[in-house]
Amino acid sequence: MAYPYEHPREERMLSRYFGEVDAIGIDGWIERGGYTALEKALGTAQDDVIQVVKDSGLRGRGGAGFPAGLKWSFMPKDGKAPSYVACNADESEPGTFKDRELMRWTPHQVIEGIIIASYAVRAQHAYIYIRGEFVDIVRVLNGAVVEAYERGYLGMNILGSGYDLDLTVHTGAGAYIAGEETGLLNSLEGRRAEPRVKPPFPAQKGAFGMPTTVNNVETLASVPHIVLNGADWYRQWGTEKSPGTKLFSCCGHLQRPGNYEVPLDFSLKELVYDLCGGPPEGRELLGVIPGGSSVPILTVDELDCEVSYEGIEAAGSFLGSGGLIAMDDSTCMVRAVRRMVEFYAHESCGQCTPCREGTSWLTKILRRIERGDGREEDIPLLLDVGSNMAGSTICPLSDSAAVPVVSSIQKFEDEYMAHIRDGSCTAKR
Amino acid sequence: MDSESKLINLTIDGTEVSVPEGTTILKAAERLGIVIPRYCWHPGLSAPAQCRMCLVEVEGWPKPQPACVQQVQDGMVVNTDCVEARKARRGVIEFLLLNHPLDCPICDAAGQCMLQDYAHETGQLRRRAVEAKVVLGRDHVTPEIVYFADRCILCTRCVRFMDEIAQEPVLQVINRGHKGYIDTMTDELFEHPFSMNIVDVCPVGALVNEDFLFKARSWDLDQTASICPGCSQGCNVALGTKENRVVRLKPRFNPEVNSYWMCDHGRREVVRWGAGMRAEVPLVREAERLVPADWARALDATVEALRGVEGGAKAIVDPGASNESLYIVRRLMDQVGFDGGSFRVSSGPQQVLKGFPKLALREDRAANASGAEALGYGRVDDIYGAVRSHRGVLFVLEEGLDDAPEDFADGSALFVYIGSVLSPAARKADIVLPSPSFAEMDGTFTNFEGRVQRFTQGLRPPGLARPIWMSGSVVLARLGGGEPFTSAAAAFAALAEEFTAFSGLSYEKIGLTGAVSAAAESGATAS
Ligand SMILES: Cc1cc2nc3c(=O)[nH]c(=O)nc-3n(C[C@H](O)[C@H](O)[C@H](O)COP(=O)(O)O)c2cc1C
Ligand code: SF4
Ligand code: SF4
Ligand code: SF4
Ligand code: FES
Repeated sequence: MAYPYEHPREERMLSRYFGEVDAIGIDGWIERGGYTALEKALGTAQDDVIQVVKDSGLRGRGGAGFPAGLKWSFMPKDGKAPSYVACNADESEPGTFKDRELMRWTPHQVIEGIIIASYAVRAQHAYIYIRGEFVDIVRVLNGAVVEAYERGYLGMNILGSGYDLDLTVHTGAGAYIAGEETGLLNSLEGRRAEPRVKPPFPAQKGAFGMPTTVNNVETLASVPHIVLNGADWYRQWGTEKSPGTKLFSCCGHLQRPGNYEVPLDFSLKELVYDLCGGPPEGRELLGVIPGGSSVPILTVDELDCEVSYEGIEAAGSFLGSGGLIAMDDSTCMVRAVRRMVEFYAHESCGQCTPCREGTSWLTKILRRIERGDGREEDIPLLLDVGSNMAGSTICPLSDSAAVPVVSSIQKFEDEYMAHIRDGSCTAKR
Repeated sequence: MDSESKLINLTIDGTEVSVPEGTTILKAAERLGIVIPRYCWHPGLSAPAQCRMCLVEVEGWPKPQPACVQQVQDGMVVNTDCVEARKARRGVIEFLLLNHPLDCPICDAAGQCMLQDYAHETGQLRRRAVEAKVVLGRDHVTPEIVYFADRCILCTRCVRFMDEIAQEPVLQVINRGHKGYIDTMTDELFEHPFSMNIVDVCPVGALVNEDFLFKARSWDLDQTASICPGCSQGCNVALGTKENRVVRLKPRFNPEVNSYWMCDHGRREVVRWGAGMRAEVPLVREAERLVPADWARALDATVEALRGVEGGAKAIVDPGASNESLYIVRRLMDQVGFDGGSFRVSSGPQQVLKGFPKLALREDRAANASGAEALGYGRVDDIYGAVRSHRGVLFVLEEGLDDAPEDFADGSALFVYIGSVLSPAARKADIVLPSPSFAEMDGTFTNFEGRVQRFTQGLRPPGLARPIWMSGSVVLARLGGGEPFTSAAAAFAALAEEFTAFSGLSYEKIGLTGAVSAAAESGATAS
């Protein structure tokens, strides 16, 4: 079975075996060269593994883009305290569905990455924290973990190296905020998934109060390739600041939505129009959110940029998780933003006053505008509420909730005014 | 201050300050007298930094910082009252008021509410929200405590008290985000011997004590520094009084005794205290009848009766009486020939506050058993047995004598009753000297570990009631036992001269947080 919407211009390092059922089981994976990176890593000093990941320039794919090797180097090296690796598989950012595919088609790619990372940071126990709704994926992962134990890639004395590691798949109960790394750690410990105040950072005090490295699924899945082939090989793709390839989950008003893996110096415009085929027949694109709902929307005129971290930032948004949401001219921007903010109101853990109250207030104002009861002063009000919510809370969810509001007002104020002044909508249905 | 720790120099609102490494901005500012607004932070609880009320500007930092957890750094320049910090605070207050009912006129917390205070301070009079407020209900969380969900600002202080201090994590935030509220997981009422502290820590009027509900406005209360008489722990408290009645007790911070906490038993005790017939005027027996007398006559009669009496003196005292009162009775007994004094203590199960184990509701449900012992009184089970065949003078101080036998005091040559409540057995006395309750006078108690603590007068005593250290010292003077005392402090000074358990102490030294005498301390370490 071919994976839907493959495109010849893709660079399929991570997604090479997507659609190949045979690659899911451990034999198929080993046939395809699986676990050779692990063998190589176990024969290398831990710090050298960290160094190669540092040199590769691999950046975190969970949203923040923090250099993975640097993060690993914060872990204590004395081995005095128990320490952990947590693979963040909570994937809940609206518009993002790449980790799901990585785990579904190549569970061993992810597991191998986790084992190498755990070895490098000297962790004794690793967790895959996966969102509870991924029932089928949990089954796949659990099966793969059993296989890895059976073949001696997990457990005591892995491949005779003297290194021991256990791996547990832990399901969440369906909360976006459990994807925030410290919310994840609290949830893992059996507490409410409420983000913690930082510092201390997870590398100092993480799961169960012990040093912990949290990495995204895609970050960890990239690791075996880097360890096996070297940093220079990985740097053949992308830019100086954004090396490698990345999966983009493309959804919305596109002819061929799906996951596409491209080098990070690829053109955003070509990704949208060539790979995804642009908007449906007879429609025009209004805008694109390039990195999940937490990043500012770009208008069609702003798409002429590289998909690198710095390229999208220069265009006025962020790469984020790589969840690309395209909206064509049938979209009511007020409604779309209201729906996104509603999501944040529903998902706010509620610790911080600005986030708890602000997300629900924004929702109510937007609902009012959407149904034609808006006032002109609602526009400056939305912006001011948004600014009171930004930069004032424990985690960035509050900022994220304000982002679609502020960026859509900046770029699509006419749509708001049409609702407010004439009770009409500019969407072409 | 730990002499080992490094000092950090920083500037807050233009003033330089040096504080030990690890100090938070909030604490450093307090040193300069700058109180940074806060809700979730409480000095006795962990700091979740979640209300975001304490945000301040740190020059050169991209975002405002929560002062309650952000530690000071060398050279930091902090502004607590600049445009940025003010905007952040106004924002938080506006968010909190979005769905707050603002029913201050009927809210128990009005006048002592941090939301009211800071809302006034940020001066927002105009509401920008046109949306209807969310209306939630109210519910009991314990049989005595009611939760007003609308008023709750979800600071989680109550949750953290139960989790960290009571160490019975029964309260939770239920639901998430703007749908959150406080309740027990099972939606059932909980009971805990220290539950009422959740009312104290609540910065608004969301948790209220039903016993106090609608009884008084907090600004109408007078506050008096006192000691809880409920057990031998001696929690430092503030009496809230109105119209000459104690309407509530709140813990008063003392790190050595009770921190910020106190138990529920103590609060109930005091508020219920004073039921029963008060002794208001001196009574003197004349021709088989007790007749009211003024103090001059009563003291004359007492001096007269004690002069030349035979058979020595015994006493039954109450371990809730002050050291000063116990001391004077002891002196009066000495004057006639001390033949032993005794007391009994009612008891109940000990309840330790797990998160601050220095504090326990002690088995001894009386404030001054240690003081009574130090002054030479003996603890007995049967107070009546000790005086059964006594032929001399019998003093009774404050003991209620509820269960006295028929023939109580029948054989005594003279029975003097000193107390605030007049029980049937007390009416058998030859002389009754009315005295104030602990809330109506100054004095000291000695707690279970020998700590001497002062309480001060919060109420007017009824009628002619007068402390025994005062009236008794006049009697003593007339019997040749020194000068009358003009204050409780003077009475204490005299007793400290005489009894080693108090040596070196004075009212000044004891202050409002108590002290242990050097002698008692070395005795304690030796044993
Ligand atoms: C509200 C919120 C939700 C998040 N959800 C996810 C998520 O679902 N998956 C993820 O990998 N990272 C998520 N993150 C980012 C994580 O906090 C963290 O940065 C990431 O897991 C680190 O891994 P990386 O360095 O490999 O990207 C979220 C962050 C926030 C603030
Ligand atoms: S910003 Fe929102 S989601 Fe993040 S910790 Fe605060 S309340 Fe929770
Ligand atoms: S009830 Fe009071 S103490 Fe508890 S969370 Fe609400 S406001 Fe805070
Ligand atoms: S522990 Fe004792 S002293 Fe403290 S409040 Fe309770 S009864 Fe009063
Ligand atoms: S007091 Fe600092 S965040 Fe609440």
